[in-house]
Amino acid sequence: MNGFKIIVLAKQVPDTRNVGKDAMKEDGTVNRAVLPAIFNPEDLNALELALQVKDKYPDSEVIILTMGPPRAADIIREAIYRGADKGYLITDRRFAGSDTLATSYAISQAVKKIGDFDLIFAGRQAIDGDTAQVGPQAAEKVGIPQITYAEELISVEKEKITIKRRLENGVETVAAPMPVLITVHGSAPDCRPRHAKRLMKYKYALTKTEMKDADDLRKELVEKRPYLLIEEWSVDDIGADVKWLGLSGSPTKVKKVENIVLAAKEAKQIDTSDEQLEEFIKELIENHTIG
Amino acid sequence: MRNVFVYCELEDNNVADVSLELLTKGKDLAGQLGVQLEAIVIGSGLENIGAQIFKYGADTVYVADDKRLSPYTTLPHTSIVTGLLKEHNPQIVLFGATSIGRDIAPRVASAMRCGLTADCTSLVIGDHYVKKTDTTYKNLLYQIRPAFGGNIIATIINPDMHPQMATVRQGVMKKEVFDENHQGEVKKVKVADYVKDEDFVIEIIERHIEKSKVNLGASPIIVAGGYGVGSKENFDLLYQLADVLGAEVGGSRAAVDAGYIEHERQIGQTGVTVRPKLYIACGISGAVQHRVGMDQSAMIVSINTDEHAPINSIADYNIHGDLNEVIPKLIKFYKKNTK
Ligand SMILES: Cc1cc2nc3c(=O)[nH]c(=O)nc-3n(C[C@H](O)[C@H](O)[C@H](O)COP(=O)(O)OP(=O)(O)OC[C@H]3O[C@@H](n4cnc5c(N)ncnc54)[C@H](O)[C@@H]3O)c2cc1C
Ligand SMILES: Cc1cc2nc3c(=O)[nH]c(=O)nc-3n(C[C@H](O)[C@H](O)[C@H](O)COP(=O)(O)OP(=O)(O)OC[C@H]3O[C@@H](n4cnc5c(N)ncnc54)[C@H](O)[C@@H]3O)c2cc1C
Repeated sequence: MNGFKIIVLAKQVPDTRNVGKDAMKEDGTVNRAVLPAIFNPEDLNALELALQVKDKYPDSEVIILTMGPPRAADIIREAIYRGADKGYLITDRRFAGSDTLATSYAISQAVKKIGDFDLIFAGRQAIDGDTAQVGPQAAEKVGIPQITYAEELISVEKEKITIKRRLENGVETVAAPMPVLITVHGSAPDCRPRHAKRLMKYKYALTKTEMKDADDLRKELVEKRPYLLIEEWSVDDIGADVKWLGLSGSPTKVKKVENIVLAAKEAKQIDTSDEQLEEFIKELIENHTIG
Repeated sequence: MRNVFVYCELEDNNVADVSLELLTKGKDLAGQLGVQLEAIVIGSGLENIGAQIFKYGADTVYVADDKRLSPYTTLPHTSIVTGLLKEHNPQIVLFGATSIGRDIAPRVASAMRCGLTADCTSLVIGDHYVKKTDTTYKNLLYQIRPAFGGNIIATIINPDMHPQMATVRQGVMKKEVFDENHQGEVKKVKVADYVKDEDFVIEIIERHIEKSKVNLGASPIIVAGGYGVGSKENFDLLYQLADVLGAEVGGSRAAVDAGYIEHERQIGQTGVTVRPKLYIACGISGAVQHRVGMDQSAMIVSINTDEHAPINSIADYNIHGDLNEVIPKLIKFYKKNTK
């Protein structure tokens, strides 16, 4: 064999970096409708490292795996335009409400179904949940080692990969046998842009769910060219136990959410009196800014 | 007794600040719950490590000492921590939200099949009532954290599937000696009983670790001073405030040029850019070259004698007054309201 089988984990996220005043609803929940859904930034870095392996070993296969609502198929198309070979969308209502433990369980089941892989690349962290937990948890569930915070691909040989990691106070170069899961830091190279030819070839790619609403011409096209069908997997397809998914499989529960976008209003004027200064300190303690 | 555990990180065989902060918080939580505080330390050459830890209130420290365990690698540390947690069944386990803590904690949580809350800014004990089943969960850990790019603050709980695990960034909790004379018990871990040969498959080829130095970028709270601070000596006031808040101190270029503070602490166009959750600008006018380095801070407080200082237009709180009067009062009221 002259190539590797590489899985890239990618998540569709709301763009939390440009949150406006209308990003939160009255009840304090996130108004996803007004936030553009994007490719999680560090997952693009992850895709790039995977494609760099494929550059060196052109027989490699790069497979995108994403879990999300039906519209997350956009992530798969985007990755294919940039050089990925194919993708799977894990989608099922029964995944809703999953925390990182349940998410990583679902992902690990899908990874096992793909099987026979050499490398898994994930982003370090998603910009919505912001936990950076899914990668290491998925590695544990699949039963393989992990390398976190990859910044540079140093070398890749048969069954061994060498990676430079970015730590908070330095860098470290490590070598690992395959299979291994690697989470990729934002300081890794940016992802290459879309490839015009691939865009032309794959822009009509659809999932089964999307096929239902497509016009006849497009349906016909996908039927004629099977590579345009993006496969969707449900809970049953990946052989997952619903007990470990969704709310029931998630030990962490969100008890309360406070919105701090709306909280930023007019500046408060404070004088040097004891009353006002003490009130100010109490406010900061109460809203967890200090304490 | 279901105790509180802290995983202690090491820097050159000194317990990292973030871990001492967690021990302090862990002691507080253990006190409220009426249980003990236990620590796990994993590394090599750890003969005297207990002395560093006990004064922060730990009652037991599990020491896994083996040449192969330093520097840190994921798998052997995970095997030891997971093994110890399964044996001792704690109710709360805390890790630093550092390169190491965020590498090991999710791996351990997955193996334990328990919840893990990332980057908590506050940890509080509280009850939780579930209407549907009419059950009250007593003494849960409220894990309060920012998410969504810092736009929301969520309170997370794990009603069942314990332990309750959380990570906390450095500088968020206070570090405080519990009792210089507090003594605990060192329990040596038989490393071979926990790790397998396969745990050592990752080979470290090279490491460049810088000594921890000023790290303004990572600090959640920054107290910054400008020309209005008036002198190098007067900057002590700012360091005192920073100390009680767990903050870093930064400065404007005018303060650097006047020799009040070192250049590596300069914030702005020709210094560093920061976006802490709280920025307290003391005697800083707020020139645009300064503002570009800090205007993304989640909350800005300005202390200035000039009501019309430009910084006030981007601040959330304007304290109109002399910093020499205001800062000592802030310190006093902070101490008073955090017991
Ligand atoms: C306000 C709030 C707070 C939360 N806090 C917590 C918490 O503290 N602990 C907790 O366990 N859960 C928490 N959650 C739930 C968590 O956000 C979800 O489980 C989420 O699906 C995955 O976590 P993440 O976004 O943090 O991903 P991360 O762990 O940051 O993602 C890391 C990488 O894993 C891969 N990945 C993650 N999700 C997917 C996916 N769906 N498909 C493909 N690849 C993926 C990507 O490569 C990504 O870059 C919280 C949710 C909310 C709304
Ligand atoms: C190319 C270029 C790059 C630059 N880069 C930077 C940079 O990176 N960072 C930077 O900071 N600046 C930079 N500057 C300088 C910038 O233009 C300002 O000169 C500088 O920020 C002013 O610093 P300051 O606010 O501390 O001082 P001042 O502007 O002198 O302000 C002092 C403030 O303190 C207040 N004050 C006085 N006494 C008290 C008191 N007792 N209590 C409370 N308040 C008091 C005053 O009302 C005043 O608002 C740069 C300038 C140039 C041209």
